[in-house]
Amino acid sequence: MVDRNKGVQVLIYVILGILAVLCILPFLLLVMSSFTEELSLARNGYSFLPKKLSLDAYKFLLVDSTDIVRGYLISAGVTVTGTLINVCLTVLFAYPLSRKDLPGRNVFAFFIFFTMLFNGGLVPSYIMWTQNFGIKNTWFAYVVPGLMMSAFYVIMVRTYFTTNIPDAVLEAARMDGAGEWSILVRIVLPMSVPIVATIMLLVGLAYWNDWTNGLYYINRDNMFSIQALLNRMLMDVQYLLSNAQSASSLNQDIVLPATGIKMAIAVLGALPILAVYPFFQKYFIKGIIIGAVKG
Amino acid sequence: MEKKENQWKALKKLRQFLPLYCMMLPGAIYVLINNYIPMAGLQIAFKQYNYAKGISGSPYVGFKNFEFLFKTKEAWVITRNTLCYNAVFIILGTTLAITVAILLNEVKSMVMKKLFQTVILIPFLISMVVVSYLAYAFLSTDTGFINKSIVEPLGLEPVSWYSSPQYWPFILVFVHLWKGFGYNSIIYFATLVGIDKGYFEAAAIDGASRWQQIRHITLPCLKPTIITLTLMSIGRIFYSDFGLFYQVPMNNGLLIDVTNTIDTYVYRGLVTLNNVSMVSAAGFYQSMVGFVLVLTANFVVKKLSKENALF
Repeated sequence: MVDRNKGVQVLIYVILGILAVLCILPFLLLVMSSFTEELSLARNGYSFLPKKLSLDAYKFLLVDSTDIVRGYLISAGVTVTGTLINVCLTVLFAYPLSRKDLPGRNVFAFFIFFTMLFNGGLVPSYIMWTQNFGIKNTWFAYVVPGLMMSAFYVIMVRTYFTTNIPDAVLEAARMDGAGEWSILVRIVLPMSVPIVATIMLLVGLAYWNDWTNGLYYINRDNMFSIQALLNRMLMDVQYLLSNAQSASSLNQDIVLPATGIKMAIAVLGALPILAVYPFFQKYFIKGIIIGAVKG
Repeated sequence: MEKKENQWKALKKLRQFLPLYCMMLPGAIYVLINNYIPMAGLQIAFKQYNYAKGISGSPYVGFKNFEFLFKTKEAWVITRNTLCYNAVFIILGTTLAITVAILLNEVKSMVMKKLFQTVILIPFLISMVVVSYLAYAFLSTDTGFINKSIVEPLGLEPVSWYSSPQYWPFILVFVHLWKGFGYNSIIYFATLVGIDKGYFEAAAIDGASRWQQIRHITLPCLKPTIITLTLMSIGRIFYSDFGLFYQVPMNNGLLIDVTNTIDTYVYRGLVTLNNVSMVSAAGFYQSMVGFVLVLTANFVVKKLSKENALF
């Protein structure tokens, strides 16, 4: 009996171990490729155990680093502003919704909930943002469309407020003469640190990783965020690929240029998230759980 | 006299709640612009869009855009692709996530449990653009890992992945599962942790095997979560992950038959070809059918088990 349990435990470890390795291996390949010498890349392809290591890709990026540094700065700026605005809007909308005595509460709840069921889609949104608001090639294009507030998080925060903040606490504060704003700032928010932190993480991640707004609304090189830059580089690979295929039928010796640099840029795109993840993972997992169970 | 008092009371009440309404104002304005105006903008599907006149000024053309759309072969292809991929994603994704959640729950060492949870979430954190680079590192014809390190050493012809549509249904399903299984597993795992341990102890005393416990306790306890998550996915079955279908195949024209979904079709038509009339009907079709599907899915769940319905 004991032996059999042990066997089952080993089997579980093996299966989960394989899955965990599968999650990490692609990143390992990416990193190793970015450190591989160009000639060795051309001969042996992307490999976990490259024949010859080199820092050339990164050296090249360091020499011509304006695009990447600018991309990082834009991404960081957008993420910080977007996340702050989103969290403010979400909390400000969710707190009144959590108040059972608010007249018209159901109307507002439906107003926000309905956006989860039905939406206008890309065509009218695109026309509105570009024609009426003229956000093409501006900072607004990264921050405003789609990401500034979402019904899902509003409902999540609302539910947190209703279940975790007793009416008696609010009542007592009101007795002491506190206004609604000071109740929100001094009482509700300090009691809601976990949910606010969770939203911040999830929204921040969404802003940092967003590349669609860049794709739709940005076409000027000096406005590319890191994700938009990565996106353009990827399409260039494809361009090179189609050219190289016709070229290689004429000349066998042709080598795709800058194969390693592309992987190095991808590493730089993924690095910030992977670097901070270990510090945030506890809150992150907690956040997903709160969102799932209570959202 | 009494009427006046009531009015005064109502006014006082309104004044009391005024700060709360003020708080909601910025969010309400944003939702109005970001969500509700585009809903009204859907009428563009019935118009001949004129760039200079805008949506409201363009003339109505009835169902002409729809006639045009449904006469093309694409209408069928994008509907088929969107629905079939999503159906496979829902079935395989749910099965995989539940399996992993149950396995995670069986791991005894707390350290290993935390470690597995942390690692399986990594793919979820990465943007689809980076995922496309990862896929490219494996699939590139000339330098990809699969061709250079597996196919060629075996003495086989290298495969030109990015121009062979027959492989892409499998590649896309794999990438989707790889990216999303961690997140869903954690959600199911959270539900599992919440199950009363007493059930399992009682079952063990009665001599139930581990497998029987999973079948008769774990799975029934997961049922509400499974229903809710599946319901939400079915509601979104007419929408596809734009990044997965556009970025990962690198927008390659040779693969379009198996990678084109409603979202990629609309994007290509709108931004690349700038042909609004062509895609506005497709957008309308997506919004409407999507809406009907959410309502239907919720209605069915309400009939089966009321407490699991979304609304």
